[in-house]
Amino acid sequence: MGGMIQALRRAPAAGSARGGQAVTEPRWMSSLLLAVSVLFLVFFLFLPLAGVFAEALRKGVGAYLDSFAEPAVRQAIGLTLTVAAVAVPLNLVFGLAAAWAIAKFEFRGKSVLTTLIDLPLAVSPVISGMVFVLLFGLHGWFGPQLAARGIEIIFAVPGIILATLFVTVPYVARELIPLMQEQGTQDEEAALTLGASGWQTFRRVTLPNVKWALLYGVILCNARAMGEFGAVSVVSGHIRGKTNTMPLQIEILYNEYNFTAAFAVASLLALLALVTLAVKALVERRAGGSQSADEQPVEDEV
Amino acid sequence: MTWNFGRACGVIALLVVACSSCGGGGGEADKGSGQGKELTLLNVSYDPTRELYKEFNDAFVADYLQRTGRQVRIVMSHGGAGKQARAVIDGLEADVVTLALAFDIDAISERAGLLPADWQSRLPENSCPYTSTIVFLVRKGNPKGIADWGDLDKPGVEIITPNPKTSGGARWNYLAAWAFALERELGDLGRLDDPAESAAVAAAQDSARAFVTRLFRRVPVLDSGARGSTNTFVQRGIGDVLLAWENEAFLAVRELGEGSFDMVVPSLSIRAEPPVTVIDTWVDKHGTRELATAYLQYLYSPLGQRLAARHYYRPVHPEFADGADLERFPSLKMVGIDEVFGGWRKAQAVHFAEGGVFDSIYTGER
Repeated sequence: MGGMIQALRRAPAAGSARGGQAVTEPRWMSSLLLAVSVLFLVFFLFLPLAGVFAEALRKGVGAYLDSFAEPAVRQAIGLTLTVAAVAVPLNLVFGLAAAWAIAKFEFRGKSVLTTLIDLPLAVSPVISGMVFVLLFGLHGWFGPQLAARGIEIIFAVPGIILATLFVTVPYVARELIPLMQEQGTQDEEAALTLGASGWQTFRRVTLPNVKWALLYGVILCNARAMGEFGAVSVVSGHIRGKTNTMPLQIEILYNEYNFTAAFAVASLLALLALVTLAVKALVERRAGGSQSADEQPVEDEV
Repeated sequence: MTWNFGRACGVIALLVVACSSCGGGGGEADKGSGQGKELTLLNVSYDPTRELYKEFNDAFVADYLQRTGRQVRIVMSHGGAGKQARAVIDGLEADVVTLALAFDIDAISERAGLLPADWQSRLPENSCPYTSTIVFLVRKGNPKGIADWGDLDKPGVEIITPNPKTSGGARWNYLAAWAFALERELGDLGRLDDPAESAAVAAAQDSARAFVTRLFRRVPVLDSGARGSTNTFVQRGIGDVLLAWENEAFLAVRELGEGSFDMVVPSLSIRAEPPVTVIDTWVDKHGTRELATAYLQYLYSPLGQRLAARHYYRPVHPEFADGADLERFPSLKMVGIDEVFGGWRKAQAVHFAEGGVFDSIYTGER
């Protein structure tokens, strides 16, 4: 036993020694690594992305713009934005509440809650969709009652929103929990000691401390909400002009040999991804640069 | 850096508002037209009917407006026939279904009770306004020399077909291959019903099973619907021969480059009958029974029949169709599902049900 612990203790030391050598690795090594990364990015990220835009614009800008005149395409864009507009704020509230509870309080079943938040990441999206069919389908658990009251969930917009909510639940909470745990509760305790109310503490201490992580979580959550295919496909019913989101519409257009329109809509989603990446980079730079600067005034204020 | 958090949030919020207001325009317009008491009809269909119904719906809407003065809207949902039937069973509120085979509509009747069991006798011609058959699509010049079903058995031939579990077209593919093997063994399919021939028939059935098993061993990709398989064969360039709906084969040749593919017509194929019907529960709920019935009857009208032929479906009233359209259909021997397999219910139970012949072919013996 003692020997093993000794060995374990020695291991990290040896590791760090090796890590030290890595810095003095010959130059060709770093160039090789760089070349591999760049090649990988070009083949797997840049080329497909360029392909999307090239295919979309192959028949000219006119045909490209015409693709968006189609009512079914406009409906799909509208539905995607609607779904994101509902799912993202709800996830923002849930993510904040869950992360706050997990990071700042001790309660029974905390580890269970943490695990449950990760569940949607572990479950295949198809299953996420099927769960809702099982619950709300015509022969599902609540199906007959809903049908009797004329409430449509599956194969209608509410089902699509539910499925999207399910798959996007982890994103905000996952970003916040580690940061909030790392920050601990000292700031809040200080605020409370100085006479701040719970709401004041949240608004003026907790929220400013996590704002960049929160924004980052919201961006990721939004990207997933707009891009989700599997779960939404199961509950959508694929009704043209009614229950198709952008990813589903892309598949339909592709299957109808309408490649220009398919890639035009795809380019819109790709643009969203690019904007997301840009905002993310901006947020990360801000967060990195401002961590210390931001915290200082907060402490002064309290 | 003059960027602060509030400003970043503000810019993002502005972007979101701008996006949703421009995109939301379409959605608002939709709601507006919905309030005008415009009746909407949902037609849940299978994969290769997209082009047919696109044109047919426009024609019907114009005709209905002229006859009744009412503006209606037809919306479509397409997918593998089995998958679409499953969605209707799970609560997709289709006013009419136009699926690939009778069994899928039987399933809706049996499992969900949304329409009576005798639905198929409600419209003429067993509720099939058009029929089709199964043919082959091969690469230009037919490099593997495929002329008939027997050639699919040659070494090195890769076959593309969708999954019979989810696709109606694939079930017709499977049954057509089976019927060919039966006829090859028996010489005359009339012997199937002859009690004195039962030993020969049993041997022929075994041989057909072995033949179909060998065919499915050569399928590298089983897509869930006919259109997916066409894309696999045409776009992704996988396989040597695509077993396809006749109309799908015509369409692929026309849309995706004439001269890159050849259509091959086998010596014998199956007469595929894709039926249509009204889903009683939903038309009564939506108040669309009259509209739905008129819609389906329009398929049998001279214009409906002409459009079917134009989109490569064989019309049940060829006299209404364009002669030029009819000439495109190759002549071949077609057998019916009733004479060879004793009807859809029996074929489904024997071949495609859980634990049926297809399961043992595809999973059991792999």
